[in-house]
Amino acid sequence: MNKLRHLIDPEDFTTKELDELIKLAKEMYHHPEKYNEACKGKILGTLFYEPSTRTRLSFESAMLRLGGSILGFSDAATSSVSKGESIADTIRVISSYADIAVMRHPKEGAPKLASKYAHIPIINGGDGGHQHPTQTLTDLLTIHMYKGAFENQTIAFCGDLKFGRTVHSLIRTLARYNIKQFILISPEELSLPDSLKRSLIKDGVTLKEVSTLEEVMNEIDILYMTRIQKERFFNEADYNRLKGSYILDLAKIKTAKKDMIIMHPLPRVNEIAYELDQDPRAVYFEQAKLGIYIRMALITKLLEVDLTC
Amino acid sequence: MLEVTSIKKGIVLDHITVGNGLKIFNKLMLDQVDYPVVLLMNVPSKAMGRKDIIKIENNIDIDLAFLGLIDDSITVNIIKEGKLGQKKKVEIPKNVKGLFSCHNPRCITNFDDYVKPEFELVSSDTLSYQCEYCEEITEYKI
Repeated sequence: MNKLRHLIDPEDFTTKELDELIKLAKEMYHHPEKYNEACKGKILGTLFYEPSTRTRLSFESAMLRLGGSILGFSDAATSSVSKGESIADTIRVISSYADIAVMRHPKEGAPKLASKYAHIPIINGGDGGHQHPTQTLTDLLTIHMYKGAFENQTIAFCGDLKFGRTVHSLIRTLARYNIKQFILISPEELSLPDSLKRSLIKDGVTLKEVSTLEEVMNEIDILYMTRIQKERFFNEADYNRLKGSYILDLAKIKTAKKDMIIMHPLPRVNEIAYELDQDPRAVYFEQAKLGIYIRMALITKLLEVDLTC
Repeated sequence: MLEVTSIKKGIVLDHITVGNGLKIFNKLMLDQVDYPVVLLMNVPSKAMGRKDIIKIENNIDIDLAFLGLIDDSITVNIIKEGKLGQKKKVEIPKNVKGLFSCHNPRCITNFDDYVKPEFELVSSDTLSYQCEYCEEITEYKI
């Protein structure tokens, strides 16, 4: 019997496996009808200990498009967790109700803990400020869809680079693909954590840090915007001072390349002006859509579904 | 010089860095045991100049990883029938389970009590350990 596989951290998969997933997701995107019974009879457990409409619905959509079913909870208050049940007990019970489970939890390391007690594959659907690997997979698929490869691209990250787990995870993963330069655009207070910078530099990555979008706009192939999250601040004054920084609008992308793409993990607050939504370079809604297909590919991989029949 | 007799059976923690003897004594809760224990402080030492020593007249289980965390200069001597039976040098443990907690207030190990935090050593100079669950770094301090 094969060892049970989980996705807790993007590093759980080799770059070869990530490439295979991207390839499969593209195939599912172009020919979804071929896979609409791939997970017939299988159940996805959705264990959402904190609200996350987007991630949960994306997973549910993915499983339903594969012909499978879903069960779960979307708020810890409506589950037995509110009675004090431990993660270990919950996951052992869910292991007999579902064939695979996705877990979102506010505490960092909770999905890892769940994976130690589970008898089914566990997918980390986001754990506090730590990891959100399926967002990373979505981002990889989006870049690959529009650019065909990861190499030789200038990728810039803008906004909250200090607390933004999607940025940390994507940068780490792209660095495994030998991307040697990233442009980091953020206010000083929200710059990439020093520990991550040190580890990237140790791996031979060059980081170009600037404080305005305009000064690097013409160099960028992929611009990854992030939200400045209110809940990451200790006081409201700091949030109000910085929330308006780094708003992307038509004027700011005047000097941008014609084939640059603008990505965002969503939801946005005000960091991308609505006037940009019609620009062909704005791909963030398509990015959200692609998230369904990479999750479909992931579910079939972890369930070891035979797709050859 | 102050003289303390040898023990017949038990454990001698030798080469303790001066100042750490009392900390280890307290951590092992040796003030609460009912067998003879001795804490010697500032004892002259050829190798170290001064050192602390703890003698325990009983065979107790001591976690070498725990001692290594506090002071990796310690030698553990097991005494049997008044003679040195075994000598062990402690080392800074590469992996630690349950000996200290993760400094990340958002780490799951600080919430679910049945989970023992697990760490991997990332720097022996600063005694920095990476949490297996949240991956944050905790610097161990006695």
